[in-house]
Amino acid sequence: MSGPLTPSQTVGPFFGVGLPFEKGEQLAPPGSAGVMRIEGQVLDGKGEPVPDALLEIWQPGTGFGRARTDSEGAFSFTTVKPGAVPAPDGRVQAPHFNVTVFARGLLRHLVTRMYFPDETEANAADPVLNLVEPARRETLIAKHCDGVLHFDVRLQGERETVFFAI
Amino acid sequence: MSELEPPYLYPDYVGTRLRAPAKPLINLPEGFNDFPAPLFPRTVADLDHDLTRQHAGEPIGERIIVTGRVLDSDGRPLRKTIVEVWQANAAGRYLDQDDQHPAPLDPNFTGAGRCLTDAEGRYRFITIKPGAYPWKNHRNAWRPAHIHFSLFGSEFRSRLVTQMYFPGDPLMPRDPILQSIPDQAGRDRLVSQFDPETTVPEWALAYRWDIVLRGRAATPFEDEQ
Ligand SMILES: [Fe+2]
Repeated sequence: MSGPLTPSQTVGPFFGVGLPFEKGEQLAPPGSAGVMRIEGQVLDGKGEPVPDALLEIWQPGTGFGRARTDSEGAFSFTTVKPGAVPAPDGRVQAPHFNVTVFARGLLRHLVTRMYFPDETEANAADPVLNLVEPARRETLIAKHCDGVLHFDVRLQGERETVFFAI
Repeated sequence: MSELEPPYLYPDYVGTRLRAPAKPLINLPEGFNDFPAPLFPRTVADLDHDLTRQHAGEPIGERIIVTGRVLDSDGRPLRKTIVEVWQANAAGRYLDQDDQHPAPLDPNFTGAGRCLTDAEGRYRFITIKPGAYPWKNHRNAWRPAHIHFSLFGSEFRSRLVTQMYFPGDPLMPRDPILQSIPDQAGRDRLVSQFDPETTVPEWALAYRWDIVLRGRAATPFEDEQ
């Protein structure tokens, strides 16, 4: 049964004064060895950019990043790739980031995962990707694109990103 | 638990209509969400909790103290956990270029603060009471006065972004963001209480608001590991 948990409310459109911080999008400094850039867009159910979203990426051992979207709904992070992670049931999870999405219009945050495109074998064996119907798995795997990793978050509609209950 | 949380789609809050996922969220097996909260990289300075002392002069408005405890789902205090807040000024205007409300900005008020909870899980902010502000959700829509809060807690699933309201605000029953929480008991958990004991004579009214996060705080024993 529920404890007296405090309910969630939307981050609203005006979190810019409080939440983003300098270099929040840098889990690792850009330009150094092994550092990759992740770029993407947050899109709504009509495919329109979401300019008032905030993303956090987190993987124990790799670090935490926070970035807001711009007027085109675009965000970016720089980071090193995380390693494989043991799963609670003894299996191995493919390298991934936990991605948390806040936005005006989201009364609760959303949680998804970003996996890596060069991990075909590990992704095929990943216990979480295997919970997802095959046609939707690609929404969780970033794409190589001009030297960066591209990862869009589609909140609703066609090719809607897979989100996980927490 | 879920009837106390707002749904993703709440059509009266127009912003949810194109942003709420249409497909069901996928449940992960037991344990897959059990990992520690992010290590928040931002530091907290001594005066970051005092939103009235970030500029040369004092902001206009009713000075208030906002305090309370951050607890885990077993009622144990979360110590040294980060609490971030942001809010409108006394006129109901945010320091944000997208805020179009024709109310004055206050050169002495930014409207953002943060602090760490103490050994009892207590946080404390000094600020001014935010004003109500209009929004374009429906005709003559006004948000009740509120302060936005962001917390991490101890586990990944403890993460919470929410809003604190003020007791007796007549705008609350008309606010689709607050009313999106299905149960009155859940909505009541977002309303602070006037706190005469913490109110400082000749200086500031106090409001108390406790926050309960999912997950478990580390025990002192675990802290030492
Ligand atoms: Fe607000």
